[in-house]
Amino acid sequence: MTWLFSLLLLVAGSAWAGEARPLGDDPAVEARLKQLAGELRCLVCQNQTLADSNAPLAEDLRREVREMIVKDMSDREIVDFLVSRYGDFVLYRPPLKTTTVLLWAGPFVLLVGGGIALAVTLRRRQRMVENAVITDEEHRRVERLLSQGVKES
Amino acid sequence: MSRFLLPLTIFAVMVGFLAVGLTLNPREIPSPLIGKAAPAFSLPQLHDDGKTLSLDDMKGQVWLLNFWASWCSGCRTEHPVLMDFARSGVAPIYGMDYKDQRDEALAWLDQWGNPYQVVAVDAAGRVGIDYGVYGVPETYVIDKQGVIRYKQIGPLDDETVTKKILPLIQELQAK
Repeated sequence: MTWLFSLLLLVAGSAWAGEARPLGDDPAVEARLKQLAGELRCLVCQNQTLADSNAPLAEDLRREVREMIVKDMSDREIVDFLVSRYGDFVLYRPPLKTTTVLLWAGPFVLLVGGGIALAVTLRRRQRMVENAVITDEEHRRVERLLSQGVKES
Repeated sequence: MSRFLLPLTIFAVMVGFLAVGLTLNPREIPSPLIGKAAPAFSLPQLHDDGKTLSLDDMKGQVWLLNFWASWCSGCRTEHPVLMDFARSGVAPIYGMDYKDQRDEALAWLDQWGNPYQVVAVDAAGRVGIDYGVYGVPETYVIDKQGVIRYKQIGPLDDETVTKKILPLIQELQAK
Protein backbone atom coordinates (compact mmCIF):
# COMPACT_ATOMS: atom_id res chain seq x y z
CA MET A 1 0.00 0.00 0.00
CA THR A 2 2.72 2.44 1.03
CA TRP A 3 4.81 1.72 -2.06
CA LEU A 4 1.79 2.35 -4.27
CA PHE A 5 1.21 5.67 -2.60
CA SER A 6 4.88 6.65 -2.97
CA LEU A 7 4.76 5.71 -6.62
CA LEU A 8 1.68 7.87 -7.12
CA LEU A 9 3.41 10.80 -5.43
CA LEU A 10 6.46 10.29 -7.59
CA VAL A 11 4.41 10.26 -10.78
CA ALA A 12 2.41 13.32 -9.71
CA GLY A 13 5.59 15.14 -8.72
CA SER A 14 7.24 14.60 -12.06
CA ALA A 15 4.08 15.70 -13.84
CA TRP A 16 4.14 19.04 -12.02
CA ALA A 17 7.81 19.49 -12.73
CA GLY A 18 7.07 19.13 -16.40
CA GLU A 19 4.42 21.86 -16.32
CA ALA A 20 6.42 24.47 -14.43
CA ARG A 21 7.12 27.38 -16.73
CA PRO A 22 10.12 29.65 -16.57
CA LEU A 23 9.36 33.20 -15.38
CA GLY A 24 11.05 34.73 -18.34
CA ASP A 25 13.92 34.16 -20.66
CA ASP A 26 16.22 36.68 -19.04
CA PRO A 27 16.29 37.06 -15.24
CA ALA A 28 17.74 40.59 -15.55
CA VAL A 29 14.82 41.70 -17.72
CA GLU A 30 12.33 40.14 -15.30
CA ALA A 31 13.98 41.88 -12.34
CA ARG A 32 13.73 45.27 -14.03
CA LEU A 33 10.16 44.55 -15.09
CA LYS A 34 9.25 43.67 -11.50
CA GLN A 35 10.85 46.82 -10.16
CA LEU A 36 9.19 49.06 -12.80
CA ALA A 37 5.80 47.38 -12.59
CA GLY A 38 5.81 47.94 -8.82
CA GLU A 39 5.84 51.69 -9.47
CA LEU A 40 2.98 51.62 -11.97
CA ARG A 41 -0.72 51.46 -11.31
CA CYS A 42 -3.03 48.98 -12.97
CA LEU A 43 -5.75 51.01 -14.71
CA VAL A 44 -8.38 48.35 -14.23
CA CYS A 45 -7.94 47.43 -10.57
CA GLN A 46 -6.78 50.80 -9.44
CA ASN A 47 -5.46 49.83 -6.03
CA GLN A 48 -3.07 47.30 -7.43
CA THR A 49 0.27 47.79 -9.08
CA LEU A 50 0.95 46.52 -12.55
CA ALA A 51 3.07 43.83 -10.92
CA ASP A 52 0.26 42.61 -8.65
CA SER A 53 -2.64 42.70 -11.06
CA ASN A 54 -3.92 39.79 -13.09
CA ALA A 55 -6.21 41.93 -15.24
CA PRO A 56 -5.77 41.27 -18.97
CA LEU A 57 -4.74 44.90 -19.51
CA ALA A 58 -2.07 44.58 -16.83
CA GLU A 59 -0.73 41.50 -18.60
CA ASP A 60 -0.64 43.41 -21.88
CA LEU A 61 1.12 46.35 -20.27
CA ARG A 62 3.68 44.05 -18.64
CA ARG A 63 4.29 42.58 -22.08
CA GLU A 64 4.80 46.09 -23.51
CA VAL A 65 7.15 47.04 -20.68
CA ARG A 66 9.08 43.78 -21.08
CA GLU A 67 9.53 44.48 -24.78
CA MET A 68 10.72 48.00 -24.09
CA ILE A 69 13.24 46.68 -21.55
CA VAL A 70 14.52 44.21 -24.13
CA LYS A 71 14.83 47.12 -26.58
CA ASP A 72 17.09 48.69 -23.96
CA MET A 73 14.94 51.74 -23.29
CA SER A 74 15.60 53.68 -20.11
CA ASP A 75 13.19 53.65 -17.16
CA ARG A 76 12.40 57.27 -17.94
CA GLU A 77 11.44 56.45 -21.55
CA ILE A 78 9.27 53.52 -20.48
CA VAL A 79 7.44 55.57 -17.84
CA ASP A 80 6.97 58.41 -20.35
CA PHE A 81 5.49 55.92 -22.83
CA LEU A 82 2.81 54.97 -20.32
CA VAL A 83 2.19 58.49 -18.99
CA SER A 84 1.66 59.83 -22.54
CA ARG A 85 -1.12 57.26 -22.96
CA TYR A 86 -2.71 56.96 -19.55
CA GLY A 87 -1.70 60.17 -17.80
CA ASP A 88 -0.03 60.65 -14.41
CA PHE A 89 -2.62 58.28 -13.00
CA VAL A 90 -0.43 55.29 -13.88
CA LEU A 91 2.25 56.53 -11.52
CA TYR A 92 2.01 55.53 -7.89
CA ARG A 93 4.20 58.54 -7.14
CA PRO A 94 2.70 61.39 -9.18
CA PRO A 95 5.03 64.26 -10.14
CA LEU A 96 4.85 67.62 -8.39
CA LYS A 97 2.69 69.90 -10.58
CA THR A 98 0.20 72.69 -9.99
CA THR A 99 -2.61 70.14 -10.00
CA THR A 100 -0.87 67.86 -7.50
CA VAL A 101 0.45 70.52 -5.10
CA LEU A 102 -2.38 69.88 -2.65
CA LEU A 103 -1.66 66.16 -2.75
CA TRP A 104 2.01 66.64 -1.90
CA ALA A 105 1.77 69.64 0.42
CA GLY A 106 -1.56 68.75 2.08
CA PRO A 107 -0.18 66.56 4.89
CA PHE A 108 2.48 69.14 5.77
CA VAL A 109 -0.07 71.97 5.72
CA LEU A 110 -2.23 69.93 8.10
CA LEU A 111 0.77 69.19 10.32
CA VAL A 112 1.80 72.84 10.55
CA GLY A 113 -1.81 73.93 11.06
CA GLY A 114 -2.25 71.40 13.84
CA GLY A 115 1.01 72.53 15.47
CA ILE A 116 -0.08 76.17 15.39
CA ALA A 117 -3.50 75.29 16.83
CA LEU A 118 -1.83 73.29 19.60
CA ALA A 119 0.60 76.11 20.47
CA VAL A 120 -2.20 78.70 20.56
CA THR A 121 -4.37 76.49 22.77
CA LEU A 122 -1.53 75.73 25.19
CA ARG A 123 -0.53 79.38 25.48
CA ARG A 124 -4.12 80.41 26.11
CA ARG A 125 -4.50 77.78 28.82
CA GLN A 126 -1.24 78.87 30.45
CA ARG A 127 -2.43 82.46 30.54
CA MET A 128 -5.61 81.31 32.24
CA VAL A 129 -3.57 79.58 34.96
CA GLU A 130 -1.26 82.56 35.45
CA ASN A 131 -4.11 85.00 35.77
CA ALA A 132 -6.01 82.91 38.24
CA VAL A 133 -6.88 84.98 41.32
CA ILE A 134 -7.89 83.33 44.53
CA THR A 135 -9.51 85.00 47.47
CA ASP A 136 -8.13 84.91 51.04
CA GLU A 137 -10.82 82.48 52.01
CA GLU A 138 -9.83 80.12 49.17
CA HIS A 139 -6.16 80.52 50.12
CA ARG A 140 -6.86 79.47 53.69
CA ARG A 141 -8.86 76.50 52.48
CA VAL A 142 -6.01 75.39 50.27
CA GLU A 143 -3.54 75.59 53.15
CA ARG A 144 -5.85 73.68 55.45
CA LEU A 145 -6.37 70.94 52.88
CA LEU A 146 -2.66 70.64 52.16
CA SER A 147 -1.75 70.40 55.83
CA GLN A 148 -4.43 67.85 56.57
CA GLY A 149 -3.79 65.78 53.47
CA VAL A 150 -7.38 64.65 53.74
CA LYS A 151 -10.10 64.84 51.23
CA GLU A 152 -12.87 67.27 51.99
CA SER A 153 -16.07 66.15 50.46
CA MET B 1 -21.30 79.37 21.23
CA SER B 2 -17.99 80.34 19.65
CA ARG B 3 -16.33 77.19 20.98
CA PHE B 4 -18.67 75.15 18.77
CA LEU B 5 -18.13 77.37 15.77
CA LEU B 6 -14.71 76.03 14.80
CA PRO B 7 -15.54 72.29 15.00
CA LEU B 8 -18.77 73.00 13.18
CA THR B 9 -16.94 74.84 10.39
CA ILE B 10 -14.41 72.01 10.04
CA PHE B 11 -17.26 69.51 9.95
CA ALA B 12 -19.09 71.52 7.27
CA VAL B 13 -15.95 71.75 5.12
CA MET B 14 -15.36 68.00 5.41
CA VAL B 15 -18.96 67.26 4.50
CA GLY B 16 -18.52 69.55 1.49
CA PHE B 17 -15.40 67.71 0.32
CA LEU B 18 -16.98 64.30 0.82
CA ALA B 19 -20.17 65.39 -0.99
CA VAL B 20 -18.13 66.48 -4.02
CA GLY B 21 -16.10 63.27 -3.80
CA LEU B 22 -19.26 61.20 -4.02
CA THR B 23 -20.22 62.77 -7.33
CA LEU B 24 -16.83 62.04 -8.91
CA ASN B 25 -16.17 58.80 -10.74
CA PRO B 26 -12.75 57.36 -9.89
CA ARG B 27 -13.01 55.07 -12.93
CA GLU B 28 -12.89 58.05 -15.27
CA ILE B 29 -9.28 58.85 -15.83
CA PRO B 30 -8.81 62.02 -17.88
CA SER B 31 -6.98 61.15 -21.08
CA PRO B 32 -3.73 62.99 -21.82
CA LEU B 33 -4.42 62.38 -25.51
CA ILE B 34 -7.13 65.05 -25.89
CA GLY B 35 -5.83 67.69 -28.29
CA LYS B 36 -3.05 65.39 -29.51
CA ALA B 37 -2.69 63.59 -32.82
CA ALA B 38 -4.42 60.22 -32.88
CA PRO B 39 -1.82 57.41 -32.74
CA ALA B 40 -1.26 55.82 -36.14
CA PHE B 41 -2.33 52.27 -36.82
CA SER B 42 -2.69 49.90 -39.69
CA LEU B 43 -4.71 46.80 -38.95
CA PRO B 44 -6.55 44.04 -40.83
CA GLN B 45 -10.26 44.55 -41.36
CA LEU B 46 -12.77 42.34 -39.60
CA HIS B 47 -14.90 41.59 -42.62
CA ASP B 48 -12.00 41.17 -45.02
CA ASP B 49 -8.75 39.91 -43.56
CA GLY B 50 -6.88 40.84 -46.72
CA LYS B 51 -7.66 44.56 -46.45
CA THR B 52 -6.23 46.92 -43.89
CA LEU B 53 -7.56 50.02 -42.21
CA SER B 54 -5.11 52.80 -41.38
CA LEU B 55 -5.47 56.09 -39.63
CA ASP B 56 -4.75 57.96 -42.86
CA ASP B 57 -7.86 56.45 -44.48
CA MET B 58 -10.01 58.71 -42.30
CA LYS B 59 -8.10 61.95 -42.92
CA GLY B 60 -10.23 64.92 -43.94
CA GLN B 61 -13.37 63.91 -42.09
CA VAL B 62 -14.66 64.07 -38.55
CA TRP B 63 -15.16 60.52 -37.31
CA LEU B 64 -15.78 58.37 -34.30
CA LEU B 65 -13.47 55.57 -33.25
CA ASN B 66 -15.23 53.03 -31.07
CA PHE B 67 -13.31 50.31 -29.22
CA TRP B 68 -15.58 47.35 -28.61
CA ALA B 69 -15.59 43.58 -28.25
CA SER B 70 -18.16 40.80 -28.44
CA TRP B 71 -17.28 39.79 -24.86
CA CYS B 72 -17.98 43.26 -23.49
CA SER B 73 -21.35 43.78 -21.86
CA GLY B 74 -21.07 47.59 -21.86
CA CYS B 75 -20.81 47.40 -25.65
CA ARG B 76 -24.23 45.74 -25.77
CA THR B 77 -25.58 48.59 -23.64
CA GLU B 78 -24.32 51.30 -25.95
CA HIS B 79 -25.00 49.41 -29.17
CA PRO B 80 -28.51 50.87 -29.81
CA VAL B 81 -27.08 54.37 -29.33
CA LEU B 82 -24.40 53.66 -31.93
CA MET B 83 -27.02 52.24 -34.31
CA ASP B 84 -29.11 55.42 -33.98
CA PHE B 85 -26.02 57.54 -34.50
CA ALA B 86 -25.02 55.58 -37.60
CA ARG B 87 -28.56 55.90 -39.01
CA SER B 88 -28.48 59.68 -38.54
CA GLY B 89 -25.43 59.83 -40.83
CA VAL B 90 -23.84 62.74 -38.97
CA ALA B 91 -20.40 61.19 -38.94
CA PRO B 92 -18.97 57.74 -39.68
CA ILE B 93 -18.16 55.35 -36.86
CA TYR B 94 -15.13 53.16 -37.28
CA GLY B 95 -14.94 50.13 -35.03
CA MET B 96 -11.92 48.68 -33.32
CA ASP B 97 -12.54 45.09 -32.35
CA TYR B 98 -10.46 44.92 -29.18
CA LYS B 99 -8.91 41.60 -28.09
CA ASP B 100 -11.66 39.51 -29.60
CA GLN B 101 -12.21 36.36 -31.63
CA ARG B 102 -12.97 37.10 -35.26
CA ASP B 103 -15.87 34.64 -35.62
CA GLU B 104 -17.47 35.79 -32.37
CA ALA B 105 -17.17 39.44 -33.38
CA LEU B 106 -18.75 38.73 -36.78
CA ALA B 107 -21.57 36.76 -35.15
CA TRP B 108 -22.15 39.61 -32.69
CA LEU B 109 -22.50 42.14 -35.51
CA ASP B 110 -24.79 39.79 -37.46
CA GLN B 111 -27.01 39.35 -34.46
CA TRP B 112 -27.29 42.94 -33.25
CA GLY B 113 -26.52 44.99 -36.35
CA ASN B 114 -23.43 46.74 -37.63
CA PRO B 115 -23.17 50.50 -36.97
CA TYR B 116 -19.60 50.67 -38.26
CA GLN B 117 -18.27 51.93 -41.55
CA VAL B 118 -15.33 49.57 -41.25
CA VAL B 119 -14.12 47.47 -38.34
CA ALA B 120 -10.41 46.92 -37.71
CA VAL B 121 -9.09 44.05 -35.62
CA ASP B 122 -6.83 44.83 -32.68
CA ALA B 123 -6.32 41.26 -31.58
CA ALA B 124 -3.35 41.86 -29.28
CA GLY B 125 -4.70 45.11 -27.86
CA ARG B 126 -1.61 47.08 -28.88
CA VAL B 127 -3.49 49.87 -30.63
CA GLY B 128 -5.70 49.97 -27.55
CA ILE B 129 -2.63 50.68 -25.44
CA ASP B 130 -1.55 53.42 -27.86
CA TYR B 131 -4.96 55.03 -27.41
CA GLY B 132 -4.88 54.64 -23.64
CA VAL B 133 -7.82 52.24 -23.61
CA TYR B 134 -8.25 50.54 -20.25
CA GLY B 135 -11.77 49.22 -20.52
CA VAL B 136 -14.08 48.76 -23.49
CA PRO B 137 -16.22 50.42 -24.68
CA GLU B 138 -14.32 53.64 -25.27
CA THR B 139 -15.11 56.13 -27.99
CA TYR B 140 -12.98 58.88 -29.51
CA VAL B 141 -14.03 61.86 -31.60
CA ILE B 142 -11.27 62.62 -34.10
CA ASP B 143 -11.22 65.72 -36.29
CA LYS B 144 -10.28 66.30 -39.94
CA GLN B 145 -6.61 66.78 -39.08
CA GLY B 146 -6.54 63.54 -37.11
CA VAL B 147 -6.51 65.17 -33.67
CA ILE B 148 -8.38 63.52 -30.79
CA ARG B 149 -11.02 65.96 -29.54
CA TYR B 150 -13.03 63.90 -27.11
CA LYS B 151 -12.86 60.59 -25.30
CA GLN B 152 -15.82 58.75 -23.87
CA ILE B 153 -14.95 56.16 -21.25
CA GLY B 154 -17.64 53.53 -20.88
CA PRO B 155 -20.89 53.17 -22.82
CA LEU B 156 -22.26 56.09 -24.79
CA ASP B 157 -25.81 57.14 -23.95
CA ASP B 158 -28.33 59.36 -25.73
CA GLU B 159 -27.68 62.26 -23.38
CA THR B 160 -23.92 62.28 -23.99
CA VAL B 161 -24.48 62.03 -27.74
CA THR B 162 -26.95 64.93 -27.94
CA LYS B 163 -25.27 67.19 -25.39
CA LYS B 164 -21.58 66.60 -26.03
CA ILE B 165 -20.82 64.60 -29.17
CA LEU B 166 -23.23 66.15 -31.70
CA PRO B 167 -22.39 69.80 -30.87
CA LEU B 168 -18.69 68.95 -30.95
CA ILE B 169 -18.98 67.21 -34.32
CA GLN B 170 -20.89 70.16 -35.81
CA GLU B 171 -18.24 72.54 -34.54
CA LEU B 172 -15.42 70.38 -35.93
CA GLN B 173 -17.13 69.84 -39.29
CA ALA B 174 -17.61 73.60 -39.71
CA LYS B 175 -13.88 74.21 -39.39
